[in-house]
Amino acid sequence: MCGIVGLFLKDTSLEPQLGDMLTDMLITMTDRGPDSAGIAIYGSETNGNAKLTVQSGAPERDFDKLDDDLRKRIKGKVLMGVKDTHAVLSIKADQVAAAREILTEIRPDVRVMSHGSTLEIYKEVGLPKEVAERFDIRHMSGTHGIGHTRMATESAVTTMGAHPFNTGVDQCLVHNGSLSNHNSLRRKLRRLGVHIETENDTEVGAAYLTWKMQKGSTLGEALTSSLDDLDGFFTFVVGTKDGFGVVRDPIACKPAVMAETDQYVAFGSEYRALVNLPGIDQARVWEPEPATVYFWSHNAAPTAQEKAA
Amino acid sequence: MQTFDLEAEGLRALNSTLHAQAANTNQTHWEIVNPKGSHAIAVGLDAPIEVDIKGSTGYYCAGMNKQAKVHVHGSVGPGTAENMMSGMVIVEGDASQYAGATGHGGTLVIKGNASSRCGISMKGIDIIVHGNIGHMSAFMAQSGNLVVCGDAGEALGDSLYEARLFVRGSVKSLGADCIEKEMRPEHIAILEELLKRGECDAKASEFKRYGSARELYTFKIDNAY
Repeated sequence: MCGIVGLFLKDTSLEPQLGDMLTDMLITMTDRGPDSAGIAIYGSETNGNAKLTVQSGAPERDFDKLDDDLRKRIKGKVLMGVKDTHAVLSIKADQVAAAREILTEIRPDVRVMSHGSTLEIYKEVGLPKEVAERFDIRHMSGTHGIGHTRMATESAVTTMGAHPFNTGVDQCLVHNGSLSNHNSLRRKLRRLGVHIETENDTEVGAAYLTWKMQKGSTLGEALTSSLDDLDGFFTFVVGTKDGFGVVRDPIACKPAVMAETDQYVAFGSEYRALVNLPGIDQARVWEPEPATVYFWSHNAAPTAQEKAA
Repeated sequence: MQTFDLEAEGLRALNSTLHAQAANTNQTHWEIVNPKGSHAIAVGLDAPIEVDIKGSTGYYCAGMNKQAKVHVHGSVGPGTAENMMSGMVIVEGDASQYAGATGHGGTLVIKGNASSRCGISMKGIDIIVHGNIGHMSAFMAQSGNLVVCGDAGEALGDSLYEARLFVRGSVKSLGADCIEKEMRPEHIAILEELLKRGECDAKASEFKRYGSARELYTFKIDNAY
Protein backbone atom coordinates (compact mmCIF):
# COMPACT_ATOMS: atom_id res chain seq x y z
CA MET A 1 0.00 0.00 0.00
CA CYS A 2 1.61 3.29 1.18
CA GLY A 3 -0.24 6.58 1.37
CA ILE A 4 0.63 9.78 -0.45
CA VAL A 5 -0.65 13.30 0.03
CA GLY A 6 0.20 16.56 -1.68
CA LEU A 7 -0.99 20.11 -1.32
CA PHE A 8 -0.22 23.01 -3.63
CA LEU A 9 -1.59 26.35 -2.44
CA LYS A 10 -2.89 28.96 -4.84
CA ASP A 11 -4.25 31.20 -2.08
CA THR A 12 -1.27 32.67 -0.21
CA SER A 13 -3.41 33.35 2.88
CA LEU A 14 -3.40 29.58 3.52
CA GLU A 15 0.42 29.37 3.58
CA PRO A 16 0.74 29.59 7.39
CA GLN A 17 -1.55 26.53 7.61
CA LEU A 18 0.28 24.35 5.06
CA GLY A 19 2.05 22.18 7.64
CA ASP A 20 -1.12 21.75 9.67
CA MET A 21 -3.23 20.78 6.65
CA LEU A 22 -0.61 18.36 5.28
CA THR A 23 -0.16 16.76 8.70
CA ASP A 24 -3.89 16.05 8.99
CA MET A 25 -4.00 14.68 5.47
CA LEU A 26 -1.06 12.37 6.16
CA ILE A 27 -2.40 11.16 9.52
CA THR A 28 -5.64 10.14 7.76
CA MET A 29 -3.55 7.89 5.52
CA THR A 30 -1.80 6.14 8.46
CA ASP A 31 -3.52 2.80 7.90
CA ARG A 32 -2.14 2.64 4.35
CA GLY A 33 1.37 2.34 5.78
CA PRO A 34 2.54 2.53 9.38
CA ASP A 35 6.28 1.86 8.90
CA SER A 36 7.71 5.30 8.36
CA ALA A 37 6.60 8.73 7.33
CA GLY A 38 8.00 11.85 5.77
CA ILE A 39 7.05 15.32 4.63
CA ALA A 40 8.66 17.71 2.18
CA ILE A 41 7.80 21.36 2.64
CA TYR A 42 8.63 24.24 0.33
CA GLY A 43 9.03 27.19 2.68
CA SER A 44 10.71 30.55 2.62
CA GLU A 45 13.82 31.48 0.68
CA THR A 46 16.82 33.59 1.65
CA ASN A 47 18.51 35.16 -1.34
CA GLY A 48 21.66 33.37 -2.41
CA ASN A 49 21.35 30.81 0.34
CA ALA A 50 20.72 27.09 0.09
CA LYS A 51 19.28 24.77 2.71
CA LEU A 52 20.75 21.38 3.45
CA THR A 53 18.47 19.26 5.60
CA VAL A 54 20.61 16.64 7.32
CA GLN A 55 19.81 13.71 9.60
CA SER A 56 21.66 11.78 12.24
CA GLY A 57 20.86 8.77 14.38
CA ALA A 58 22.88 10.45 17.16
CA PRO A 59 21.86 14.12 16.89
CA GLU A 60 23.31 15.19 20.30
CA ARG A 61 26.76 14.11 19.20
CA ASP A 62 26.62 14.98 15.50
CA PHE A 63 24.82 18.33 15.66
CA ASP A 64 26.89 19.63 18.59
CA LYS A 65 28.83 22.62 17.20
CA LEU A 66 28.25 21.35 13.67
CA ASP A 67 27.65 24.92 12.48
CA ASP A 68 30.92 26.14 14.03
CA ASP A 69 32.91 23.23 12.65
CA LEU A 70 31.48 23.69 9.18
CA ARG A 71 31.92 27.47 9.27
CA LYS A 72 35.63 27.09 10.02
CA ARG A 73 36.14 24.72 7.12
CA ILE A 74 34.14 26.45 4.38
CA LYS A 75 35.05 29.93 5.63
CA GLY A 76 31.53 31.21 5.11
CA LYS A 77 28.28 31.83 6.91
CA VAL A 78 26.49 28.76 8.29
CA LEU A 79 23.20 28.87 10.16
CA MET A 80 21.80 25.77 11.80
CA GLY A 81 18.34 24.95 13.11
CA VAL A 82 18.02 21.60 14.88
CA LYS A 83 14.72 19.71 15.01
CA ASP A 84 15.03 16.32 16.71
CA THR A 85 17.08 14.03 14.41
CA HIS A 86 17.18 16.59 11.61
CA ALA A 87 19.00 19.89 11.21
CA VAL A 88 18.64 22.52 8.52
CA LEU A 89 21.92 24.15 7.52
CA SER A 90 21.73 27.46 5.65
CA ILE A 91 24.80 27.97 3.53
CA LYS A 92 25.72 30.18 0.57
CA ALA A 93 24.44 28.38 -2.51
CA ASP A 94 27.88 28.27 -4.12
CA GLN A 95 29.41 26.60 -1.05
CA VAL A 96 27.01 23.65 -0.89
CA ALA A 97 29.15 21.22 -2.86
CA ALA A 98 32.16 21.95 -0.66
CA ALA A 99 30.05 21.71 2.50
CA ARG A 100 28.69 18.30 1.51
CA GLU A 101 32.19 16.97 1.01
CA ILE A 102 33.39 18.38 4.32
CA LEU A 103 30.33 16.94 6.06
CA THR A 104 31.24 13.38 5.04
CA GLU A 105 34.65 14.01 6.58
CA ILE A 106 33.75 15.75 9.86
CA ARG A 107 30.39 14.00 10.50
CA PRO A 108 30.52 10.67 8.65
CA ASP A 109 27.21 9.47 10.14
CA VAL A 110 25.22 12.49 9.03
CA ARG A 111 23.04 11.91 5.96
CA VAL A 112 21.71 14.59 3.63
CA MET A 113 17.92 14.43 3.35
CA SER A 114 17.49 17.32 0.95
CA HIS A 115 19.20 20.18 -0.82
CA GLY A 116 17.33 23.19 -2.10
CA SER A 117 16.64 26.88 -1.70
CA THR A 118 13.16 26.38 -0.19
CA LEU A 119 12.84 22.60 0.21
CA GLU A 120 13.15 20.85 3.57
CA ILE A 121 12.56 17.10 3.97
CA TYR A 122 11.81 15.45 7.32
CA LYS A 123 11.40 11.69 7.53
CA GLU A 124 11.75 8.97 10.11
CA VAL A 125 10.58 5.48 11.05
CA GLY A 126 7.26 5.68 12.89
CA LEU A 127 3.64 6.68 12.44
CA PRO A 128 2.78 9.92 10.62
CA LYS A 129 1.41 11.44 13.84
CA GLU A 130 4.65 10.77 15.75
CA VAL A 131 6.91 11.87 12.93
CA ALA A 132 4.94 15.10 12.39
CA GLU A 133 5.13 15.84 16.12
CA ARG A 134 8.88 15.21 16.34
CA PHE A 135 9.54 17.80 13.66
CA ASP A 136 6.68 20.14 14.57
CA ILE A 137 5.42 19.99 11.00
CA ARG A 138 2.08 21.54 12.04
CA HIS A 139 3.69 24.91 12.61
CA MET A 140 5.55 25.02 9.31
CA SER A 141 4.32 27.39 6.66
CA GLY A 142 5.00 27.05 2.97
CA THR A 143 3.73 27.28 -0.56
CA HIS A 144 3.37 23.55 -1.22
CA GLY A 145 4.38 20.20 0.17
CA ILE A 146 4.09 16.45 -0.20
CA GLY A 147 3.94 13.65 2.33
CA HIS A 148 4.22 9.88 2.45
CA THR A 149 3.43 7.10 4.87
CA ARG A 150 5.15 3.83 4.04
CA MET A 151 4.31 0.16 4.05
CA ALA A 152 7.65 -1.31 3.03
CA THR A 153 7.68 -4.00 0.37
CA GLU A 154 11.01 -3.76 -1.46
CA SER A 155 13.56 -2.85 1.20
CA ALA A 156 14.18 -2.41 4.93
CA VAL A 157 12.25 -0.06 7.21
CA THR A 158 14.88 2.61 7.81
CA THR A 159 15.10 6.39 7.76
CA MET A 160 16.88 6.24 4.42
CA GLY A 161 14.17 3.99 3.00
CA ALA A 162 11.46 6.48 3.97
CA HIS A 163 10.05 8.95 1.48
CA PRO A 164 10.21 11.70 0.17
CA PHE A 165 13.44 11.28 -1.77
CA ASN A 166 15.41 14.33 -2.86
CA THR A 167 15.97 13.95 -6.60
CA GLY A 168 17.81 17.18 -7.35
CA VAL A 169 18.03 20.74 -6.09
CA ASP A 170 14.57 21.62 -4.73
CA GLN A 171 13.12 18.44 -6.21
CA CYS A 172 11.61 15.50 -4.41
CA LEU A 173 9.56 12.41 -5.04
CA VAL A 174 7.14 10.15 -3.18
CA HIS A 175 5.99 6.80 -4.50
CA ASN A 176 3.16 4.37 -3.94
CA GLY A 177 3.83 1.03 -5.57
CA SER A 178 6.79 -1.18 -6.22
CA LEU A 179 9.32 -1.17 -9.03
CA SER A 180 10.26 -4.59 -10.33
CA ASN A 181 13.31 -3.65 -12.42
CA HIS A 182 15.04 -1.60 -9.72
CA ASN A 183 18.01 -3.97 -9.35
CA SER A 184 19.00 -3.90 -13.00
CA LEU A 185 18.31 -0.18 -13.25
CA ARG A 186 20.41 0.47 -10.11
CA ARG A 187 23.34 -1.44 -11.63
CA LYS A 188 22.97 0.52 -14.87
CA LEU A 189 22.80 3.89 -13.13
CA ARG A 190 25.73 3.08 -10.83
CA ARG A 191 27.83 2.16 -13.86
CA LEU A 192 26.96 5.58 -15.25
CA GLY A 193 28.26 7.15 -12.05
CA VAL A 194 24.94 7.92 -10.35
CA HIS A 195 25.14 7.72 -6.55
CA ILE A 196 22.49 5.39 -5.09
CA GLU A 197 22.69 4.80 -1.38
CA THR A 198 20.21 2.05 -0.46
CA GLU A 199 18.55 -1.09 -1.82
CA ASN A 200 15.26 0.79 -1.95
CA ASP A 201 13.29 0.70 -5.21
CA THR A 202 11.98 4.27 -4.98
CA GLU A 203 15.48 5.67 -4.54
CA VAL A 204 16.28 4.13 -7.91
CA GLY A 205 13.21 5.80 -9.40
CA ALA A 206 14.31 9.11 -7.91
CA ALA A 207 17.90 8.64 -9.11
CA TYR A 208 16.59 7.79 -12.57
CA LEU A 209 14.67 11.08 -12.76
CA THR A 210 17.70 13.02 -11.47
CA TRP A 211 19.93 11.37 -14.04
CA LYS A 212 17.48 12.10 -16.87
CA MET A 213 17.30 15.75 -15.86
CA GLN A 214 21.08 16.01 -15.58
CA LYS A 215 21.17 14.73 -19.16
CA GLY A 216 19.01 17.66 -20.21
CA SER A 217 15.47 16.32 -19.88
CA THR A 218 12.81 18.53 -18.39
CA LEU A 219 10.94 17.13 -15.41
CA GLY A 220 8.00 16.46 -17.73
CA GLU A 221 10.21 14.58 -20.19
CA ALA A 222 11.86 12.62 -17.37
CA LEU A 223 8.45 11.61 -16.01
CA THR A 224 7.25 10.67 -19.48
CA SER A 225 10.30 8.50 -20.17
CA SER A 226 9.89 6.86 -16.74
CA LEU A 227 6.72 5.33 -18.18
CA ASP A 228 8.92 3.38 -20.61
CA ASP A 229 11.96 2.68 -18.45
CA LEU A 230 10.44 1.83 -15.08
CA ASP A 231 8.73 -1.53 -14.76
CA GLY A 232 6.26 -2.03 -11.97
CA PHE A 233 3.53 -0.16 -10.21
CA PHE A 234 3.78 3.47 -9.39
CA THR A 235 1.90 6.57 -8.54
CA PHE A 236 4.53 9.29 -8.21
CA VAL A 237 4.01 12.74 -6.77
CA VAL A 238 6.95 15.05 -7.40
CA GLY A 239 7.70 18.44 -5.91
CA THR A 240 9.72 21.21 -7.54
CA LYS A 241 10.55 24.69 -6.29
CA ASP A 242 7.51 26.20 -7.97
CA GLY A 243 5.09 23.36 -8.29
CA PHE A 244 4.13 19.76 -8.08
CA GLY A 245 3.37 16.98 -10.51
CA VAL A 246 1.64 13.62 -10.60
CA VAL A 247 2.12 10.58 -12.81
CA ARG A 248 0.69 7.04 -12.62
CA ASP A 249 1.86 3.94 -14.46
CA PRO A 250 -0.30 2.73 -17.39
CA ILE A 251 -1.95 -0.05 -15.35
CA ALA A 252 -2.79 2.45 -12.60
CA CYS A 253 -3.81 0.05 -9.86
CA LYS A 254 -2.31 2.30 -7.18
CA PRO A 255 -5.06 4.68 -6.15
CA ALA A 256 -5.05 8.43 -6.64
CA VAL A 257 -7.57 11.19 -6.27
CA MET A 258 -7.17 14.91 -6.84
CA ALA A 259 -9.14 18.00 -5.91
CA GLU A 260 -8.86 21.55 -7.18
CA THR A 261 -10.45 24.78 -5.98
CA ASP A 262 -9.52 28.46 -6.37
CA GLN A 263 -7.44 28.05 -3.20
CA TYR A 264 -5.44 24.85 -3.81
CA VAL A 265 -4.70 21.67 -5.73
CA ALA A 266 -4.62 18.59 -3.50
CA PHE A 267 -3.60 14.98 -4.02
CA GLY A 268 -4.48 11.97 -1.88
CA SER A 269 -4.17 8.21 -2.20
CA GLU A 270 -7.78 8.22 -1.06
CA TYR A 271 -10.55 10.81 -0.90
CA ARG A 272 -10.50 10.44 2.91
CA ALA A 273 -7.26 12.43 2.97
CA LEU A 274 -8.99 15.41 1.38
CA VAL A 275 -12.30 15.57 3.27
CA ASN A 276 -11.32 18.26 5.75
CA LEU A 277 -9.80 20.69 3.26
CA PRO A 278 -11.68 24.00 3.02
CA GLY A 279 -14.39 24.03 0.36
CA ILE A 280 -13.88 20.37 -0.57
CA ASP A 281 -17.62 19.92 -1.20
CA GLN A 282 -17.42 22.45 -4.02
CA ALA A 283 -14.03 21.28 -5.33
CA ARG A 284 -13.50 19.64 -8.70
CA VAL A 285 -12.58 16.09 -7.68
CA TRP A 286 -11.19 13.55 -10.16
CA GLU A 287 -9.00 10.51 -10.59
CA PRO A 288 -5.80 11.26 -12.55
CA GLU A 289 -5.61 9.31 -15.81
CA PRO A 290 -3.06 6.51 -16.22
CA ALA A 291 0.22 7.30 -18.03
CA THR A 292 -0.52 11.02 -18.00
CA VAL A 293 1.74 13.70 -16.52
CA TYR A 294 -0.01 16.42 -14.53
CA PHE A 295 1.75 19.55 -13.33
CA TRP A 296 0.89 22.74 -11.47
CA SER A 297 3.21 25.71 -11.01
CA HIS A 298 3.24 28.90 -8.95
CA ASN A 299 5.35 30.51 -11.58
CA ALA A 300 3.24 32.92 -13.65
CA ALA A 301 5.83 32.65 -16.41
CA PRO A 302 6.89 29.02 -16.15
CA THR A 303 10.38 28.03 -17.23
CA ALA A 304 10.86 25.87 -20.30
CA GLN A 305 11.18 22.94 -17.93
CA GLU A 306 7.86 23.58 -16.27
CA LYS A 307 6.12 24.32 -19.54
CA ALA A 308 7.26 21.00 -20.90
CA ALA A 309 6.00 19.29 -17.79
CA MET B 1 -36.64 8.06 7.58
CA GLN B 2 -33.74 7.15 9.86
CA THR B 3 -30.63 9.33 9.82
CA PHE B 4 -27.26 7.89 10.77
CA ASP B 5 -24.22 10.08 11.40
CA LEU B 6 -21.29 7.91 10.36
CA GLU B 7 -18.67 10.21 11.83
CA ALA B 8 -20.36 10.21 15.23
CA GLU B 9 -21.42 6.58 15.46
CA GLY B 10 -18.85 4.67 13.44
CA LEU B 11 -18.79 2.14 10.64
CA ARG B 12 -19.37 -1.03 12.61
CA ALA B 13 -22.50 0.39 14.24
CA LEU B 14 -23.78 1.50 10.84
CA ASN B 15 -23.33 -1.81 9.09
CA SER B 16 -24.66 -3.90 11.96
CA THR B 17 -27.72 -1.64 12.19
CA LEU B 18 -28.37 -2.03 8.48
CA HIS B 19 -27.75 -5.80 8.64
CA ALA B 20 -30.34 -6.05 11.41
CA GLN B 21 -33.12 -4.87 9.07
CA ALA B 22 -35.36 -7.81 8.22
CA ALA B 23 -37.47 -8.28 5.10
CA ASN B 24 -40.50 -6.79 6.82
CA THR B 25 -38.78 -3.90 8.58
CA ASN B 26 -40.72 -0.67 8.78
CA GLN B 27 -37.47 1.34 8.81
CA THR B 28 -37.26 1.24 5.04
CA HIS B 29 -35.38 4.47 4.37
CA TRP B 30 -31.97 5.36 5.80
CA GLU B 31 -29.89 8.45 5.32
CA ILE B 32 -26.15 8.33 6.07
CA VAL B 33 -24.50 11.68 6.75
CA ASN B 34 -20.78 12.50 7.03
CA PRO B 35 -19.48 9.52 5.02
CA LYS B 36 -16.22 11.47 4.45
CA GLY B 37 -14.70 8.92 2.11
CA SER B 38 -14.95 6.05 4.62
CA HIS B 39 -14.53 2.48 3.42
CA ALA B 40 -17.05 -0.38 3.38
CA ILE B 41 -20.18 1.73 3.87
CA ALA B 42 -23.44 -0.24 3.54
CA VAL B 43 -21.68 -3.49 2.71
CA GLY B 44 -23.50 -6.84 2.80
CA LEU B 45 -27.06 -5.50 2.99
CA ASP B 46 -29.85 -8.03 2.57
CA ALA B 47 -33.21 -6.29 2.99
CA PRO B 48 -35.52 -4.26 0.74
CA ILE B 49 -34.42 -0.92 2.19
CA GLU B 50 -33.28 2.35 0.66
CA VAL B 51 -30.01 3.89 1.79
CA ASP B 52 -29.05 7.44 0.79
CA ILE B 53 -25.40 8.31 1.38
CA LYS B 54 -24.92 12.08 1.54
CA GLY B 55 -21.40 12.54 0.25
CA SER B 56 -18.47 10.62 -1.23
CA THR B 57 -17.29 7.20 -0.09
CA GLY B 58 -14.06 5.19 -0.07
CA TYR B 59 -13.40 1.56 -0.96
CA TYR B 60 -16.05 -1.16 -1.35
CA CYS B 61 -19.21 0.89 -0.88
CA ALA B 62 -22.36 -1.28 -1.16
CA GLY B 63 -20.34 -4.44 -1.78
CA MET B 64 -22.18 -7.79 -1.85
CA ASN B 65 -25.49 -5.97 -1.93
CA LYS B 66 -28.76 -7.96 -1.96
CA GLN B 67 -32.20 -6.36 -2.39
CA ALA B 68 -31.28 -2.90 -1.07
CA LYS B 69 -31.23 0.30 -3.10
CA VAL B 70 -28.10 2.30 -2.23
CA HIS B 71 -27.87 5.83 -3.60
CA VAL B 72 -24.54 7.67 -3.24
CA HIS B 73 -24.84 11.46 -3.56
CA GLY B 74 -21.17 11.91 -4.37
CA SER B 75 -18.30 9.90 -5.86
CA VAL B 76 -17.13 6.43 -4.84
CA GLY B 77 -13.74 4.81 -4.35
CA PRO B 78 -12.46 1.46 -5.64
CA GLY B 79 -14.61 -1.68 -5.65
CA THR B 80 -18.07 -0.15 -5.40
CA ALA B 81 -20.91 -2.71 -5.56
CA GLU B 82 -18.32 -5.46 -5.84
CA ASN B 83 -19.97 -8.88 -6.06
CA MET B 84 -23.48 -7.40 -5.93
CA MET B 85 -26.19 -10.10 -6.00
CA SER B 86 -29.36 -8.05 -6.48
CA GLY B 87 -30.85 -4.64 -5.76
CA MET B 88 -29.60 -1.34 -7.09
CA VAL B 89 -26.66 0.99 -6.52
CA ILE B 90 -26.73 4.52 -7.96
CA VAL B 91 -23.68 6.79 -7.91
CA GLU B 92 -24.29 10.46 -8.71
CA GLY B 93 -20.59 11.22 -9.23
CA ASP B 94 -17.60 9.23 -10.52
CA ALA B 95 -16.49 5.73 -9.61
CA SER B 96 -12.89 4.59 -9.12
CA GLN B 97 -11.40 1.25 -10.18
CA TYR B 98 -13.28 -2.04 -10.58
CA ALA B 99 -16.81 -0.79 -9.99
CA GLY B 100 -19.28 -3.66 -10.10
CA ALA B 101 -16.50 -6.27 -10.24
CA THR B 102 -17.68 -9.91 -10.16
CA GLY B 103 -21.31 -8.78 -9.70
CA HIS B 104 -23.84 -11.60 -10.04
CA GLY B 105 -26.99 -9.50 -10.36
CA GLY B 106 -28.70 -6.22 -9.66
CA THR B 107 -28.11 -2.85 -11.32
CA LEU B 108 -25.21 -0.42 -10.88
CA VAL B 109 -25.75 3.07 -12.29
CA ILE B 110 -22.79 5.49 -12.43
CA LYS B 111 -23.85 8.97 -13.51
CA GLY B 112 -20.29 10.29 -13.89
CA ASN B 113 -17.28 8.41 -15.23
CA ALA B 114 -15.96 5.04 -14.10
CA SER B 115 -12.21 4.43 -14.15
CA SER B 116 -10.27 1.28 -14.98
CA ARG B 117 -11.50 -2.32 -14.74
CA CYS B 118 -15.20 -1.43 -14.54
CA GLY B 119 -17.23 -4.64 -14.52
CA ILE B 120 -14.19 -6.91 -14.40
CA SER B 121 -15.34 -10.54 -14.25
CA MET B 122 -19.00 -9.51 -14.08
CA LYS B 123 -21.31 -12.49 -13.76
CA GLY B 124 -24.81 -11.18 -14.40
CA ILE B 125 -24.87 -7.64 -13.07
CA ASP B 126 -26.14 -4.79 -15.28
CA ILE B 127 -23.89 -1.71 -15.22
CA ILE B 128 -24.98 1.58 -16.81
CA VAL B 129 -22.34 4.33 -16.97
CA HIS B 130 -23.46 7.78 -18.14
CA GLY B 131 -19.88 8.94 -18.78
CA ASN B 132 -16.67 7.17 -19.84
CA ILE B 133 -14.98 4.02 -18.58
CA GLY B 134 -11.24 3.31 -18.18
CA HIS B 135 -8.95 0.58 -19.46
CA MET B 136 -9.44 -3.20 -19.06
CA SER B 137 -13.15 -2.83 -18.39
CA ALA B 138 -15.28 -5.99 -18.58
CA PHE B 139 -12.12 -8.14 -18.52
CA MET B 140 -13.25 -11.80 -18.45
CA ALA B 141 -16.86 -10.65 -18.14
CA GLN B 142 -19.07 -13.70 -18.03
CA SER B 143 -22.65 -12.46 -18.25
CA GLY B 144 -24.78 -9.39 -17.73
CA ASN B 145 -24.74 -6.05 -19.55
CA LEU B 146 -22.34 -3.12 -19.51
CA VAL B 147 -23.72 0.09 -21.03
CA VAL B 148 -21.36 3.03 -21.62
CA CYS B 149 -22.83 6.31 -22.85
CA GLY B 150 -19.40 7.91 -23.29
CA ASP B 151 -16.11 6.40 -24.43
CA ALA B 152 -14.31 3.20 -23.40
CA GLY B 153 -10.56 2.95 -22.64
CA GLU B 154 -8.00 0.43 -23.81
CA ALA B 155 -8.56 -3.34 -24.02
CA LEU B 156 -12.34 -3.34 -23.62
CA GLY B 157 -13.77 -6.78 -22.97
CA ASP B 158 -10.50 -8.71 -23.02
CA SER B 159 -11.09 -12.48 -22.82
CA LEU B 160 -14.80 -12.02 -22.26
CA TYR B 161 -17.41 -14.75 -22.27
CA GLU B 162 -21.13 -14.03 -22.72
CA ALA B 163 -21.54 -10.51 -21.33
CA ARG B 164 -23.00 -7.86 -23.67
CA LEU B 165 -21.17 -4.56 -23.98
CA PHE B 166 -22.91 -1.48 -25.42
CA VAL B 167 -20.81 1.64 -26.07
CA ARG B 168 -22.12 4.90 -27.55
CA GLY B 169 -18.79 6.73 -27.96
CA SER B 170 -15.37 5.61 -29.09
CA VAL B 171 -13.50 2.51 -27.94
CA LYS B 172 -9.77 3.11 -27.60
CA SER B 173 -9.01 -0.55 -28.28
CA LEU B 174 -10.68 -3.92 -27.98
CA GLY B 175 -9.13 -6.61 -25.82
CA ALA B 176 -8.26 -10.11 -26.97
CA ASP B 177 -11.23 -11.94 -28.53
CA CYS B 178 -13.61 -8.98 -28.19
CA ILE B 179 -15.32 -7.89 -31.42
CA GLU B 180 -18.04 -5.54 -32.57
CA LYS B 181 -21.28 -7.35 -33.21
CA GLU B 182 -24.47 -6.65 -35.08
CA MET B 183 -27.14 -4.67 -33.23
CA ARG B 184 -30.34 -6.62 -33.86
CA PRO B 185 -33.86 -5.58 -32.76
CA GLU B 186 -33.66 -7.78 -29.65
CA HIS B 187 -30.48 -5.98 -28.56
CA ILE B 188 -32.13 -2.59 -29.11
CA ALA B 189 -35.01 -3.77 -26.88
CA ILE B 190 -32.62 -4.96 -24.15
CA LEU B 191 -30.65 -1.71 -24.33
CA GLU B 192 -33.76 0.49 -24.24
CA GLU B 193 -34.85 -1.18 -21.02
CA LEU B 194 -31.34 -0.81 -19.52
CA LEU B 195 -31.16 2.89 -20.43
CA LYS B 196 -34.57 3.49 -18.86
CA ARG B 197 -33.53 1.63 -15.70
CA GLY B 198 -30.30 3.65 -15.62
CA GLU B 199 -32.17 6.97 -15.89
CA CYS B 200 -30.32 7.74 -19.07
CA ASP B 201 -31.89 9.57 -22.00
CA ALA B 202 -29.45 8.32 -24.67
CA LYS B 203 -30.95 6.66 -27.75
CA ALA B 204 -30.37 2.92 -28.10
CA SER B 205 -29.79 3.33 -31.85
CA GLU B 206 -26.64 5.37 -31.17
CA PHE B 207 -24.81 2.47 -29.50
CA LYS B 208 -22.59 -0.27 -30.86
CA ARG B 209 -22.58 -3.76 -29.40
CA TYR B 210 -19.43 -5.71 -28.53
CA GLY B 211 -19.08 -9.30 -27.47
CA SER B 212 -16.91 -12.38 -27.56
CA ALA B 213 -15.67 -13.86 -30.83
CA ARG B 214 -15.43 -17.14 -28.88
CA GLU B 215 -12.07 -17.96 -30.42
CA LEU B 216 -9.89 -18.21 -27.32
CA TYR B 217 -8.50 -21.44 -25.87
CA THR B 218 -11.33 -21.63 -23.35
CA PHE B 219 -13.93 -21.96 -26.12
CA LYS B 220 -12.30 -25.00 -27.77
CA ILE B 221 -14.00 -28.18 -26.68
CA ASP B 222 -10.82 -30.22 -27.23
CA ASN B 223 -9.19 -28.27 -24.42
CA ALA B 224 -11.81 -29.42 -21.90
CA TYR B 225 -10.83 -31.95 -19.30
